[in-house]
Amino acid sequence: MVPRVLAETVALLLLAATLAFAVVRPRGLPEAVVAVPAALLTVLLGILPTGVALEELRSLGPTIGFLAAVLVLAELCDREGLFEAAGQRMAAGARGRPVALLGLVFAVGSAITAVLSLDATVVLLTPVVFATALRLRLRPKPHVYACTHLANTASLLLPVSNLTNLLAFRASGLSFTRFAATMALPWLAAIGVEWLVLRRFIATDLVGHGEVVAGPPSRAPRYPVAVLGCTLLGFGLASLLHLDPAVVAALGAGALALPALASRRVQVGDLARAVALPFLAFVAALGLVVRAVSEAGLGQLVARLVPDSSSLLSLLAVAVGAAVLANLVNNLPAILLLLPAAAAAGPGMVLAALLGVNIGPNLTYVGSLATLLWRRLLHERNAEPAVGEFLRLGALTVPFALVAATLALWLALRGLP
Amino acid sequence: MTATMRVLLWLVEGTWQGCVDAARPLLPADAEVALLHVAPSEVEEATTGALAGLLGRGRPGPGRHPAERISALSDQAAAALLTAAEARLGRQAHRQVRRGRVERLVIEAAQGADLLVVARDGDRSRLGPASLGPATRFVVDHAPCPVLLVWPDETPAVDSIPPPPTHPPPPAPPHEHRADD
Repeated sequence: MVPRVLAETVALLLLAATLAFAVVRPRGLPEAVVAVPAALLTVLLGILPTGVALEELRSLGPTIGFLAAVLVLAELCDREGLFEAAGQRMAAGARGRPVALLGLVFAVGSAITAVLSLDATVVLLTPVVFATALRLRLRPKPHVYACTHLANTASLLLPVSNLTNLLAFRASGLSFTRFAATMALPWLAAIGVEWLVLRRFIATDLVGHGEVVAGPPSRAPRYPVAVLGCTLLGFGLASLLHLDPAVVAALGAGALALPALASRRVQVGDLARAVALPFLAFVAALGLVVRAVSEAGLGQLVARLVPDSSSLLSLLAVAVGAAVLANLVNNLPAILLLLPAAAAAGPGMVLAALLGVNIGPNLTYVGSLATLLWRRLLHERNAEPAVGEFLRLGALTVPFALVAATLALWLALRGLP
Repeated sequence: MTATMRVLLWLVEGTWQGCVDAARPLLPADAEVALLHVAPSEVEEATTGALAGLLGRGRPGPGRHPAERISALSDQAAAALLTAAEARLGRQAHRQVRRGRVERLVIEAAQGADLLVVARDGDRSRLGPASLGPATRFVVDHAPCPVLLVWPDETPAVDSIPPPPTHPPPPAPPHEHRADD
């Protein structure tokens, strides 16, 4: 057995190496290249007992499967034309008015983020929104900013909306419907703040009148929408039947994948790429390394720092602390580190931590200070990127959104029996 | 004046029609006209930044990177906008499409021009300083040539200016010596 102080130091060094590699990603190598060996080392050195490691993997397993299913669902919805159809409807509905388009982007962006996760909004919806603004000959900036901000802020509602939610959902012990019911008010509050701030912040880009396009030229893809609807209903039913919602997500992904594969619209390779296997390995390995850090002693420190009452002030303290932690490195290790202590203090604390790690990343445009500094360093050799405006927008929205969402969470926790 | 007048029109989505319409009757027949569109690089930066926040999930297949899709679309749309503007202007013009820091690229393009035509950002509901966005403000302040600043719609009437305050503000109180001085 390694001495305790040494174990803590080694575990922290391994965590630092894992995260630094994930941020820098030399030559575009996957994060798992360092994370997996680091996780193995924690077990081999005896910092993380094998039994604890296996238990951690068992508890992470369904979450990782859940994530894979959601990634596949979003990818298939894109290939079936769901995002294109959304773009056409936004274009027709805006009738050339920039504020109307922003309103539609808020509605569609919030819904897509909640149901298909923030990844879908960032990777799949943002280019469609951009194309829609250009098609209407409107300035694209406010609408793209709305997408990137909503990807974080609107990912509060459902356990599937964000990987951090999936992790917190399992730790909180809440049912799917209960999670959604408690987070509905904070979700609305955070989106409301984004709307109010963005509308004022970027008012001079929401001007003039664009082109008016005729009504939706193509039919909305009904099958993917129906599958998504059934999957959401299934989540609700599964929590009544005490069935793992990951199973429902896998069924939904299968219902879209099988016909697409059968008609050769999609290859198996496309689905494998959507699943992002190296990333799933990274999540598992990061979970183990963070567990090792917690076990070696940092967990007790975090537990001492997390208050155990659900008063408004405690919730606010945890939310702000989580936002700061998420901004230092990334929201994924932040929530992994906070979860054991927060879960011990009750589901209210877990959800407060979630508000912090989900809203917080809007403060820096890349979601963490470390990534921002690294990218700055890279860019200095080329042209200076124009991120000042986006950082100012983050500084204006995050504090208000965080406070409003925490207040709403406090009300929801008191209001729900 | 012997040399032909060189005029640059900076066109932005939402207000470009008004800018073209305002400039058209004022341009001398022999003026050399250039049309400029600058796409803000912040849009791609924000997209790539959001992608970086996803860590390894944000690696779409070739040709599907959001920032790549955005750049390609942006250039096409800008070219189409300038073609439409040239048709609206009703005369031949030199078309320039740029991407980057908007205000700096506009100033750069205005080097050597005799007149820069700029539209305000907005309609008559945004009078006063609010009618200039940050990029327009910078261009007006730093242009290396005379600037023609136009309203994209009808120019507001003089009576749109709010009346001066009816009561003049009270004069500042004179400095008084405090007891402890």
